[in-house]
This record gives sequence, C-alpha cells and structure tokens, in this order.
Amino acid sequence: MSLKKSNLAQAWLVLLLATLFGTALAGIQAKLGPVIEANKIKETMAKIPVLVLGEDLAAELAAENQTLTIKSRVIEIKQNGTTKFYTVYDVWLPDGKMVGHVVKADGQGYADKIELLLGLDAQGKSITGLFVLDQKETPGLGAKIMEDAWRGQFKEKSTENTLAVVKGGGGKEDQIDAISGATISSRSVTGIVNTTIANVTSQLQVTDGPDDNKSPAVQNEEPGKNKERS
Amino acid sequence: MADQPTAMERFVQGILPENPVYRQLLGLCATLAVTNGMKSALTMAVCVAFVLVCANVVISLIRNLLTPHLRIVVFTLTIATFVTVADRVLAAYMFQMSKTLGPYIPLIIVNCIIICRCEVCASKQNVVIAAADALGQSIGFGLALASIAAIREILGTGMLMGFRVLPAFWPDWVIMVLPPGAFITLGLLLGLVNYIDFKREEARK
Repeated sequence: MSLKKSNLAQAWLVLLLATLFGTALAGIQAKLGPVIEANKIKETMAKIPVLVLGEDLAAELAAENQTLTIKSRVIEIKQNGTTKFYTVYDVWLPDGKMVGHVVKADGQGYADKIELLLGLDAQGKSITGLFVLDQKETPGLGAKIMEDAWRGQFKEKSTENTLAVVKGGGGKEDQIDAISGATISSRSVTGIVNTTIANVTSQLQVTDGPDDNKSPAVQNEEPGKNKERS
Repeated sequence: MADQPTAMERFVQGILPENPVYRQLLGLCATLAVTNGMKSALTMAVCVAFVLVCANVVISLIRNLLTPHLRIVVFTLTIATFVTVADRVLAAYMFQMSKTLGPYIPLIIVNCIIICRCEVCASKQNVVIAAADALGQSIGFGLALASIAAIREILGTGMLMGFRVLPAFWPDWVIMVLPPGAFITLGLLLGLVNYIDFKREEARK
C-alpha cells in the first residue's frame, strides 16, 4: 500500500488538530485548574458546618455569628500496592470541643468521577451527613444522588457495618434504597462511602483543640453508639 | 458555487426564517433541559454561541483540507475542544452556574445545531460568511431559549431573573419549571409559530 493511501497519511489533519487542540486544552487546564480547585475548597468550607452539625444547629451557630474551627490534613492509605489519598477536615466548636470530621472522597460513578463530602461524628461512629461535590451522572436519573431526599438516607447510619444498596424499601438499618433507574449511581456512592469509612475511621481521633493534634487526650470514653454529640 | 447564500442572508436566516429551534427543531435536548430559568438559559445560549462561532470559523479556515470521510471527525474534534474550554471557564468563574447546568455544558458537543452549521455552511463557504452564519444561528438559538425560559420562569415562580413580575397572589405553577413544563411550552410556542406562518401564507394568496 502506498503512503498516500495509508490511513495515517489520510488522517494527518486529524492528528495535527488533535495535537494542537490537546496542547491548547492542557494550557487552559493548567491555568484554570487551580481556580476551579479553589472554588471547590470554598464550597467544601461552606458545607462543613451543615455536614457535621446538621441544618438546624449550623443555622443556629451562624445566627450567633460563631464559626467552627476547621483544620485540614491529608491522609494516605496504602492498600494492595496502590495509595489512596483522603483530605480530612477536623472540626471543632468555638469552645474547643471536637464535633466531627468531614472526609473528601471520590470514586468512579456511572459516567465520571464522583466527589463526595462525608460527615462523621467526632468518634467516627456514625455518619452525620453526605454532600455531592462533583458528578456527571445522567440528568434525571443518576443525578438524583445530589438530592436531599436520597443522600439524607446516609445520615445517622452507623459506621460499624457495611451499607448495602437495596431496590425498593430499604428502611432497615445499614440499607440504602437505590434510586430507581440508577442502581449503578446509587451503588457507586454507597461503595465510595463504605470504602472511605473502612479506610479512614481508624485515622480519626478526638482532640481537644486545633493545636492539640499529637495527643489524643480525650479518647472516646466508651464506644457507645448512640452517644449524644455535643 | 454561485447560488450559495451571502453573509447577510446567512445571518438573517438564522435569527427567524431558519431559527434553529422553531424552524429546524435542532438542539432540543438543551432547549428542554435548561429553560427552567432565564439565567441558565442565557448562560447556555452564550456558551453555544461561543462554541458555534469558534467552530464555524476554524472549520471554514481549514475547509479546503477536509476529506469527505474524515470531515465529521474533524468537526467533532473542533467542537469538543471549544466545549471543553467553555466548560472549564464556567467552572472557574461561574462555579454555581456550572453546577446548575451540570452535564449540559459538556453535552453541547452533541448539540446538532453546531455540527449542522459546520456541515451546511462552514465547510463550504468562506470565513466571513461562516462567522455571520454562526452569529445568526446563535442569536436565533438565544431568542428561542429566552422565549421559552421567560414563559416557564414567570408562570412557574412568578419571577424573572430573581425579580417578581407577577403579583404575590399568583399561584406558582410549579409544573412549568419541571420537565413537563418544557414540553408544554415548547409545543405551544411551536404551534404558535406555525399558526402565524400559516396565516401569513394565507394573507399572501
């Protein structure tokens, strides 16, 4: 086959354009990526009070003009040769009492990566909230993972057991009702939550104040599941 | 190609006589999905305009290099690039709007208005005509989105762009901002456009 007829020679324009466009997009990503990241961090910070305290308490706190102390750290989990990174935000009340943690986690969804914020209580014993930071699931189906009604199911669930996705019903403990028509998206989110809990809870510790990171002074007295939080 | 339309003709055609939504019935997915509010409709219209103008100009510039069996690949590649630019810019500078529109911005890639203009105009005519064509079609698309969004937002929430336009006793027709409202509004408007056309045609006879 002569060069003129070969597929490669015919497609020179496509290859050239792909290279040019690819380079241009890489440049744009390099320039805008940090700005987009900053937007996400800003949104994370705005969501943290609701995730650890719940809507009512968070609103109360805001009304009193009080702010939580939030400190972030990155933990890495080595598993089967791969390393996974989680950003953990430890949260303290204005008086220095720890109220909980928010973990930023991600995983593969049906369409693209799903990024979640998972709120846990101070001892890491139960889920205090779930928020979807970024997703590209199917509009009208998988995108329902963003709705309060669905992600609200995770609230108050214990982290002792693995959560299971069930179709229809799912009122029981440790069960999450799948979104009809979007079982894969539902499973993805629940899977990310399960993995995150399994990986991260051992790394959470109750400390008295933001500066008291090294000594986990007030350890959880007794791991009572239904203990009142702050 | 003596009988190809001129730049002015292309520009005017896109706005009403060949309106992409009301006349060609193209890009309806986006039309139905983002017209529940004026702000998201206008953002979508601006993004589509940006992608359409850029894609038309680039395709027109390289139109003599295109081979018939690879042209669609080149169109898609070009469109996808500009859509990604629009998506990233939106995520960086209009974060909340970007979250509201969600996947509909990436989905501009498959908006058939753009590939249609590349095929019909940009791959055959010079860059000035291609740009005029893209502008005309973009204005037409913008007007169509704005008309549907205005009706849906006003009837659904009593407000427009966050300002109250209907008296407070208006019982918000929530259905208008939900998906069924999109179909109802688009259907009625399409009917109206056809009716006006029909009357005009009769009057001419």
